[in-house]
Parts: sequence; C-alpha cells; structure tokens
Amino acid sequence: MRETEVLVVGGGPAGMVAAIEAAERGAKVVLTERDDRLGGQLIKQTHKFFGSQKQYAGSRGIDISKLLEEKLSNNPNIEILTETTVLGIYEDGVVTMEGANKHLKLKPKRTILATGASEKFLPFANNDLPGIYGAGAVQTLMNVYGVTPGQRVLMVGAGNIGLIVSYQLMQSGVEVAAIIDAAPKIGGYLVHASKIRRAGVPIFTSHTILNAYGQEFVEGAIVASLDDKWQPILGTEKDLAVDVICLAVGLSPLTELCWQAGCEMKYIPEFGGYVPRKNEFLETTVPGVYVCGDAGGVEEASAAMVEGRVAGISVAASLGFGLNIVQDLEAALKDLDQLRSGPAGEKILKGLEKLFARGKQHVS
Amino acid sequence: MLAKTGIPTVEQVCQVSPSQERLAAGPVAVIECFQEIPCNPCWEACAKGAILGMDDMNNIPQLDLDKCNGCGTCALKCPGLAIFIIDSSYSSTEAVVRLPYEFYPLPEVDEEVIGLNRAGEKLGKFKVIKVQKGGKQNKTALIWIAVPHELAMELRNIRIERVVNVG
Amino acid sequence: MRIENHPILIFDRGKILSFFFNGEVIKGYEGESIAAALHAAGIKVLSHSHELHHPRGLFCAIGNCSSCLMVVDGQPNVRVCVEKLREGMRVETQKGKGCLTQ
Repeated sequence: MRETEVLVVGGGPAGMVAAIEAAERGAKVVLTERDDRLGGQLIKQTHKFFGSQKQYAGSRGIDISKLLEEKLSNNPNIEILTETTVLGIYEDGVVTMEGANKHLKLKPKRTILATGASEKFLPFANNDLPGIYGAGAVQTLMNVYGVTPGQRVLMVGAGNIGLIVSYQLMQSGVEVAAIIDAAPKIGGYLVHASKIRRAGVPIFTSHTILNAYGQEFVEGAIVASLDDKWQPILGTEKDLAVDVICLAVGLSPLTELCWQAGCEMKYIPEFGGYVPRKNEFLETTVPGVYVCGDAGGVEEASAAMVEGRVAGISVAASLGFGLNIVQDLEAALKDLDQLRSGPAGEKILKGLEKLFARGKQHVS
Repeated sequence: MLAKTGIPTVEQVCQVSPSQERLAAGPVAVIECFQEIPCNPCWEACAKGAILGMDDMNNIPQLDLDKCNGCGTCALKCPGLAIFIIDSSYSSTEAVVRLPYEFYPLPEVDEEVIGLNRAGEKLGKFKVIKVQKGGKQNKTALIWIAVPHELAMELRNIRIERVVNVG
Repeated sequence: MRIENHPILIFDRGKILSFFFNGEVIKGYEGESIAAALHAAGIKVLSHSHELHHPRGLFCAIGNCSSCLMVVDGQPNVRVCVEKLREGMRVETQKGKGCLTQ
C-alpha cells in the first residue's frame, strides 16, 4: 500500500495553501483535485481580493491561483494528482480514489479535507428550465471558457457572489436586468453594490422570484416584493424579459468525506449546513483528519487561505516538523481573528461559537 | 439608503467630501467606503501615509487631506473601486474626476463619453482627458474626465456609446 | 456566444475541434468542456427529466448536480460540464435514464 505523510483533498485556495505550508516544513504531501487544473474557485475570480497583503489583497483571484500553483510545483515534497476524485475514507485509514480511470489506494498519516462547497438551489416554478444556472456555473462558462451564458440576466442574490458575478457578467458584455434579494438589505460588500449600481443596474431588496417561464429555455421571470414576513405582496409582480436566471443564494459545505470519515457533525446555519466539529487547529473529532476552507464552514477565499495555513502548520507540527511552529501557528490564528473581527465577520464568529459550544479542544 | 440600493446617501457623500478650499488646492482622493470590511490595500498603497485609522483592517479608512496629493495609487489599488480623485484646480470652469474603470473597451483620449452618477443616471456627455492604465498586472484603469465644477462630486462612472460602422 | 475581448482576461483557446451534436457537426476548442462548446453554439437544452420530460440545461458546471447528463460516444450519463471535448466526439441528447449497450 502506498503511504504518505499528508493527503490534502481539494486543490482550491484552502487546499493549495495547506499543502504548501505542510510541505515547506518538510512533510511529504499528496494533493488531489478532481478538476484538470488547480485553483478551485480562484480561477474564476477576476476581481481584486479584499483583506490585507498577507492574504494577497489587491490581487485578482486568477493571479493568486497562478502564484500558489507555482509554489506548489516548485516544492519537491508535493505530488499533485489532478483529475483525481477521492471516493472513500475507510476505518483503517485507507483513502481510495479514482484518477485516469484507475482505482488508487493511499494510506496517509494525516488527511486535510479541503473539498469546498456547492451551490444551494431555490424553489420556484419552472426552476429546472435551461438558462437557470448557479452563479459558479456562470463564472466557469464566462471566465474559464470565455462563453457568455446569454444576453440578459436576472441575478437572484445580493450577497458577495451575486454582486461579483453581476459585475463579471457586465465585464463580459452581458446585460444585467436586475439583482434581487429576499433580505431587506444587501448582504454583500456595499462597495461591490455601489459599482454595479452606478453602472445602471437596479438592486431590489425584499424581492423574490415567483416563477420562470419559457418553452425550451428561460424567456423571462416574474419577481415580486416581499412583506416584512417574507411573503410576496399581491400586485407587485414585475415581468422581466431575461434569458438567464443566475442563482447566488448561498453555498453548502461539501462534507461527504467528513461524514464518511466518521467526524462528529453539527448543523450550523451560519456556515451553510452540516460541518465537522473541529478544534482551533482545525482537527476534527477523528484524530488525524483536518478540515479547512468552505468544507468546514462557508466563508470566503481570503479566510480559506488562512485556514489552509493553520491546517498545514498544525499537520506539520503533529508530525514533528517545523522550527518556529508555535509562532507560525499563532501568527496564522491571529490573521484569521483579524479577518473576522469586524462586523463582516460577526456571522462567522457566531457560527464558530456554536461549533465550539463544548469549549475549545486542544491538540496534544 | 446605501444598504438597500447600493447608492450612498447625500449625508454619506458629505462626510467624505473635501472642503471647497481643499478641492481648489489640487488633486485629492475621495474615499467612498462606508462599511467596515476586512480590507486595507489603500492604506498599504499610500506612500504619503495619508490614509489613517487602519491599525485594524476592518476600520473605515480616514484621509488626511493635507497629506494626500491625489496621486491616485490608492484608487488603482482599491478592490472595491471606491476611491475617486478630484482635481478642482484643472480650470476655472472645469474639474477633473479620475475614476477606476474595468470594462472593455477603454475610452480614447478626447472621446466624448456619457457621464453617470452614483445611481447610474446620465449626467450628460463629457470629454476624456487621459486614460491612466494600471499596468499589466493591475488592469484597472483610471479614466480622467473633465466636468463642470458642480458635477465633480456627482459623476462617478462613464458609459461609452460608439456608432458602429457596418461594412 | 464567445467572448472575444475582455478587460481582465485573455482567452488562450486551443486548436479547433469538430464534434457531432445529434448528428450535426459543431466546432469547439481543445481544452473546453462539451457543455461550453454546446453553449457557444447556442445549444442550451442538454437533457430531459425522467418523469415529466422537462428540458434540462447546465446548472453547476462542476460535475455535482447531474443536470447535464448526455450520451457521449454511446455511453450514457456523461456529465458534459466536466467532460472535455475530443475530435470527432458524438454527443447526443439522452432519452430517459440511459442504457449501457456494451
């Protein structure tokens, strides 16, 4: 049986950074990614990142991805397996995977799950019509393949993803008819909202989509205002002629492997669904299994990268690697605290409070 | 209200508007960032140390109007495209608004473009004075637009409308 | 529609490939997914739901949701959002749950 010191599942921002941090301290790392390229969601992010310089703020996601990929491929301790899907984690610690039509088995000493998140869906009439996409799919089509999803878009969701993808659609020459959100306030950063608004796109808060219509694909959508009990108000319906409806209504952590590994799971609404219990060093209740990034609770890419740092350093430490491990870990944890310390981080802190309800556990 | 529409209120704009004297003295940044978010590239970018209050990156940046010389480095760097440079010393009738722009195509110098306010409403046609490219890596451009003085704190975006020659 | 000019991105497309969609010849680029090539050709209906036979299109584009299952070179239930285009590939709209013939 092939063995390795560290297995990182998922080559997005969290997994890439985790692999780099563990390998730079001397651990042998295998990094798997089911797509044919590394980067995860970063390869679709054409906007500049927030945060501070340490989280590559001011750089665009696509450029951060290239930078991390370079670091990964220059590190002899890292083996990268793209187009490889992890299938199962077994009780004896064996991890099975499929890659290039082959069944592979690997026994890692430590496993970092950085599997990311998937998009949530929204119930409304005719929501299965072609032309209704998750926001991530629109980004993939547009920013990876250079193909527009259509001519005129209704964006459902005014969180950061809805706002950013609306802006990206406009950069690709696609008209955004409107952005709607059921909440009474814009959920995303207001600077994103302002730059879309000043380009002439209306943002309707307290609005929902009632139905989509069209024969073979989307030809339009009916939206309506919501009252303070979140119920549609009769007579406020608006008919929008659009050929694309883009759903940006949140993400759920991809936790299949956490469940399989036997991690104790908890439903945390602030994190988008069930997430594994973990300690502050990101180790789950299964010894040797760590989680970082959206898989452990939906946040955003800057935080995912810092979590990757924490997980990578923790894993290296637990294997006996690293010189200034305590200082490095403290610095990473401090950066994470700083990212979350403002009003924008309140939701995350609330989620963490629920997750750590039994008090912080410590890695021995 | 900003959190409902994406349009900053008159009061919010007033808070960040430099005085008439400061405006008349030459280029100055106007930071239209009204929400505490974890972000500090403007502060990291400013060589003059004119952006203050960012010891916690969640704070809203405060501008030292005397230190700021309106160089525009922060405006090119701001991930939220929320910083504008206003130069009211441009001429007796006109000011220059430098705004961050990330659409294709870029306008040409001397081209007449449609000016838009914070709500995306048309203000009229205005001339492009300069197209300041952010560089290969940055890719954000600062577009310099000449506007009547009274529109210097109004114009915040442009739209390019060109007659396409067919054939 | 394909994006030709973009303020941030440069699309470095691979070599041109021909493939078949329900017998019709369509062109795409090496390195792109079948779904991307179909979209660029204006084809949005990729499959039909099993019970009500509603048209279905691309939804997640990362191989998660099963909305885009098609028959590719005779093999049913291929996720065309993640399957890369190859020269001469035969892509067909899938009827029902699909059948493994070989």
